[in-house]
Amino acid sequence: MAKRLGEQTIKIDNPVSIINTASVVGPKEGQGPLARYFDVVLDDILHGCESWEKAESKIVETALNKVIEKADLSSRDIDIIIAGDLLDQNTGSTFGVMHLNRPFWGIFSACSNIGQAMSIGALTIDSGAAEKIIAGASSHFCSAEKQFRTPLELGNQRAPTSTWTVTGSGCTILSNSQDGPFITHATVGKIVDFGVVDAANMGAAMAPAAADTIAAHFRDTRREPSYYDLIITGDLGYIGRELAFRLMGDKGYQLDDTYTDCGIKIFDKAKQDTHSGGSGCACSAVTFAGYLFNALKEQTLNKILFVPTGALLSPTSSQQGQSIPGIAHAVAIENTR
Amino acid sequence: MEKTKYQELVNELSPNSKIISNTLKAFLIGGLFSIGGQFILNTFKSAGIAQDSAATYTSIVLIFIGVLLTGLGLYQRIGKFAGAGSAVPITGFANAVASPAIEFKKEGHIMGVGARMFILAGPVIVFGTFTSMIVGVFYYFSKGGLL
Amino acid sequence: MEYMKAFLVGGLICVIAQILVDKTKMTMPKILVSFVVIGCILSAVGLYQPLVDFGGAGATVPLPGFGHILARGVMNEIDEAGFMGIFTGAFKAMAGGVAAAVVFSYIASLIFNPKEPKQKK
Repeated sequence: MAKRLGEQTIKIDNPVSIINTASVVGPKEGQGPLARYFDVVLDDILHGCESWEKAESKIVETALNKVIEKADLSSRDIDIIIAGDLLDQNTGSTFGVMHLNRPFWGIFSACSNIGQAMSIGALTIDSGAAEKIIAGASSHFCSAEKQFRTPLELGNQRAPTSTWTVTGSGCTILSNSQDGPFITHATVGKIVDFGVVDAANMGAAMAPAAADTIAAHFRDTRREPSYYDLIITGDLGYIGRELAFRLMGDKGYQLDDTYTDCGIKIFDKAKQDTHSGGSGCACSAVTFAGYLFNALKEQTLNKILFVPTGALLSPTSSQQGQSIPGIAHAVAIENTR
Repeated sequence: MEKTKYQELVNELSPNSKIISNTLKAFLIGGLFSIGGQFILNTFKSAGIAQDSAATYTSIVLIFIGVLLTGLGLYQRIGKFAGAGSAVPITGFANAVASPAIEFKKEGHIMGVGARMFILAGPVIVFGTFTSMIVGVFYYFSKGGLL
Repeated sequence: MEYMKAFLVGGLICVIAQILVDKTKMTMPKILVSFVVIGCILSAVGLYQPLVDFGGAGATVPLPGFGHILARGVMNEIDEAGFMGIFTGAFKAMAGGVAAAVVFSYIASLIFNPKEPKQKK
């Protein structure tokens, strides 16, 4: 059985393997540096649907079917699906998962959804209550802009600190199989608010939460940053990554080039006009399901600390003048146990 | 790290907008919209239409242009380049009305287009009306020699 | 010359807004509302008309010009209709523009679909 280490970390005891992943992304992500790692690159950001929200759910459904097909399973083999997104009442996920007719946990911790889904999935498998679980997350640039910002046709300028919501869905199948890579630890994030109010600088809002969770992970596991081949946060972008780096130094953990961010990896800053980088639930989800899982399988990376980050604001909380709290959930993934 | 010290670090690491080039672009495009407005106004006036009516017709033509460019997806691109240069002219007002109308059409004619058309431009009308009524109250009573 | 003046005045009003956006983190809706209110007040105290006389469309096309039209509309209506003008003036003055925006935008929503921002290839 899993056991608690320190204040925030859970050590997974029985093997919980990531047996396969699938990533579906939009056209812009398909022109980015990680393009070759994605399973499906859509030509049409509407994915044949009539609205952005319906498109997001269809993308979720496509990713779920893809991961089941890649793992050579049928949907009946999946015990539970755990997924979340950014839309009101989690409809991006629910309307996509619905058609598979499997038991479902909808979750929300904003863009750190994939970290929370993988943590809950790993614990459930470790407990013996399930054999195969899909953990996934999704976001869509257009549905997110519509809900959180302004209509797409409005002629406005994006701040240089802003990030670009990734369109896509990333899914992983967790299982009690004996083949790696394995989820070995999950560090549950606390909600951290350093008083950032600028909704066009999400990296700054989330960096303190990322640093808090990463430091807690090292404290609880008594590991050093050098233990990992790669530490990668979810969607802090360039500015947030630098801030998290400085905050970690302040806490006494000197990180180096092995620390990066999915929002930096997914877009080409110079060519793709994405300012501070990528963001959204799909940013960490597809970067893991595509690029990181591939690197683990090829053993170019053997030990990674994957730390999806989320900004816990709503348009209402922002309009009422509340600052933006952040959260980050860390998942340690290793090829050997 | 303390919150105040963190905010300083955020300010230090966050790049500022390119204010010089943004300002020049806003000047150029804002000025061009004004020249266009002047040209339309002069055209109406030379057709023998009175000054006040010509001004209203000019607004209507500019609003038509703003809505059309919005529908074609071009106003978004102009706005990305020009910033305030395309938001402040009356074409920007048209863009602020047309963009939610188009964006929310999937939510239906009534609660989508109808209800959300003024989510961005509404405040301008609310506070414009409010201020002008206060102006009217002062004007009315000062005319009567009360103020 | 008339066109140069319009360009100059219209451009400069937009420059003020752009500096506010980039320097003060004021959001665009806040700036637009402030501009209408300021235009309205300047017009009421007689300071906006000289700018219109000088800059022509350069002063009427940007949003402070909308405030000017409202203030002038209310005052003219009070001259003609008395007390009732306080209530009817503003809407009468903006009627043409707002009706055009409503009707054109509704038609646009029937014709056009939301589009994702154009990608640089």
